[in-house]
Amino acid sequence: MIEIKDLHKSYKMGSNSLHVLKGINFSVEEGELVAIMGSSGSGKSTLLNILGMLDELDEGSYDLDGVPIKNLNETKAANYRNKFLGFIFQSFNLINYKSAMENVALPLYYQKVSRKERQEKALKYLEQVGLKEWAGHLPSELSGGQKQRVAIARALAAEPKVLLADEPTGALDSKTSYEVMDLIQKINDEGNTILIVTHEPDIADMCKRIVHLKDGIILEDKKVNQVRASQYV
Amino acid sequence: MFSRDRWKEILEVLSSNTLRTLATAFGVGWGIFILIILLAAGKGLENGIRLNFNGVATNTMFLWTQPTTLAFEGLPENRRFNYKLEDVDLLRQNIPELRIISPRNSLRNSVGDNVIRGTESGNYRVFGDYPEIIEQRPIYVSKGRFFNHNDISERRKVVVIGDGIRKDLFRADEAVLGSYIVVSGVNFMVIGTYKEKTSNGGGENSEREIYMPFTSFSQAYNRADNVGWMALTAEDGTSISTLTEAIINTVKQSRKIHPNDKRAIGYFDLFEEYNRVESLFGALRFVAYFVGILVLLSGIIGVSNIMLIVIKERTKEIGIRRALGEDPWSIKLQILMESIFLTIISGMVGIIFGALVIFGVNTLLDVVGPVDMFLNPSVSLGVVLSALAILIISGLLAGFIPANKAIKVRPIEALRTE
Repeated sequence: MIEIKDLHKSYKMGSNSLHVLKGINFSVEEGELVAIMGSSGSGKSTLLNILGMLDELDEGSYDLDGVPIKNLNETKAANYRNKFLGFIFQSFNLINYKSAMENVALPLYYQKVSRKERQEKALKYLEQVGLKEWAGHLPSELSGGQKQRVAIARALAAEPKVLLADEPTGALDSKTSYEVMDLIQKINDEGNTILIVTHEPDIADMCKRIVHLKDGIILEDKKVNQVRASQYV
Repeated sequence: MFSRDRWKEILEVLSSNTLRTLATAFGVGWGIFILIILLAAGKGLENGIRLNFNGVATNTMFLWTQPTTLAFEGLPENRRFNYKLEDVDLLRQNIPELRIISPRNSLRNSVGDNVIRGTESGNYRVFGDYPEIIEQRPIYVSKGRFFNHNDISERRKVVVIGDGIRKDLFRADEAVLGSYIVVSGVNFMVIGTYKEKTSNGGGENSEREIYMPFTSFSQAYNRADNVGWMALTAEDGTSISTLTEAIINTVKQSRKIHPNDKRAIGYFDLFEEYNRVESLFGALRFVAYFVGILVLLSGIIGVSNIMLIVIKERTKEIGIRRALGEDPWSIKLQILMESIFLTIISGMVGIIFGALVIFGVNTLLDVVGPVDMFLNPSVSLGVVLSALAILIISGLLAGFIPANKAIKVRPIEALRTE
């Protein structure tokens, strides 16, 4: 599903440049649930941004579902993001003047899905994350866990090939974190490919595979026995 | 592009900070309001002044004589002279572009009344004219008829009097047509009355002149073949101003006036005057647009400013949208449409208020009666449409910089903004 070869990325900081990713080789199969771990500055967010086409790579290659991702203009990148990727952010990033349902329907709007179908699908995904009754509420009327579940529903709505989650539980208490992880695991059980960036070992343990990054290279890449979040809920 | 969702979003964004939106809108509304009011005021002035030209053949010049200032061919300076009927023929021959030449003689206002009917009398100006004069003066026959070429050739003693004279000399129930009045000692039959085409100004002397056939006048008052005054109208398509020199040279030659005598031939070029007034209107319109658009410009800068702030506030939201896969063009379009929508709505309000003020002024004018040099201030549909066009363009301009700025921020940076 994801195929990365010899990926380099550096940022210009004034006169000197900062080499963040120093040759990453990495691939993800369909249906995997991968945790990317590392301390801050290890390059995990940069890697996720490149995977999410929010940032461009300097060297190397990146194939997503067989499509080479390079030299995209903004219009094309937006189109690919919409078709291939679902984002889940640490700070939820819901649009605060739109109701939960409208937020979920947003990626579908960009796919030019008809209004009625958008609403039906949005409701379906809200139901899947257990928030159907909250469809008409604004994000400010929801708790943190609920907001993240709306965000997950939104990420699912476009039926992307890969879900990318950047510290999805970073802003949540542990109980809510486990609820969210439980939801993510269930989505993964249905065959969705999910990548999670996290620095919390207990969250990482709930994935099927852990990739450790340090100073821009992969330190360790191992399959683990998944801890089911449902037992903590 | 005009989908329901986009409109919903525009309304949501603009209504999220109502006070700010209203304050911004005020700038644009005020600008277009000023523009409309200025244009309407200019139009009112234009209408008022144009009324004075109403019904006059504007492509016309008037010719009269003044004492000479230079001696010429044995004739002394400071000589008084008259045009002759032969000059009229000469002009007709030399300058075929002239459509109408109306020679005229007139009786000066003497002391005391010069017109008597029974026990009533009055002091009026009396003209001996050719029938074509009615095309050159802003008058129309309200009753009876104007004199014709038969009256001219037969030297009939008939007159056409102004409606004001009729009011002075006749009781309302008296028959006017066919009655006789005495003009400077000679009896004339009244065959018609005239009214002026404009009711503007005039006052005491309006509709108080007497027209009679040129030949009858000359005979009755001993003018032989003298001509005191001429009105010359050029063919349509030829400006009388281009003929002025040829006309003056012709009469100078035939009247033995020194070619360099600038004073002897008195003339007034109505067309030039008309053009001068026309160009004044043009200048007025220009000033109105200039000032109006400058005022509008400050409103537009206001909108642009607010849009920039809105963009700044929504940087993160724009980042989210782009992460979710919104086309940058769609974002650009959204911002442009917000800007255009805001300018058009506020502009509309400005136009409506402008129209209300114009309506109020017109109502006031109706109540207090006509004001000199000002009539019916209005703006045409064309002006309103061009104001709308200006609004759309300004909305585009106002939104352009913010829209570009919005999509210049990379989504990754936009997402990091808190």
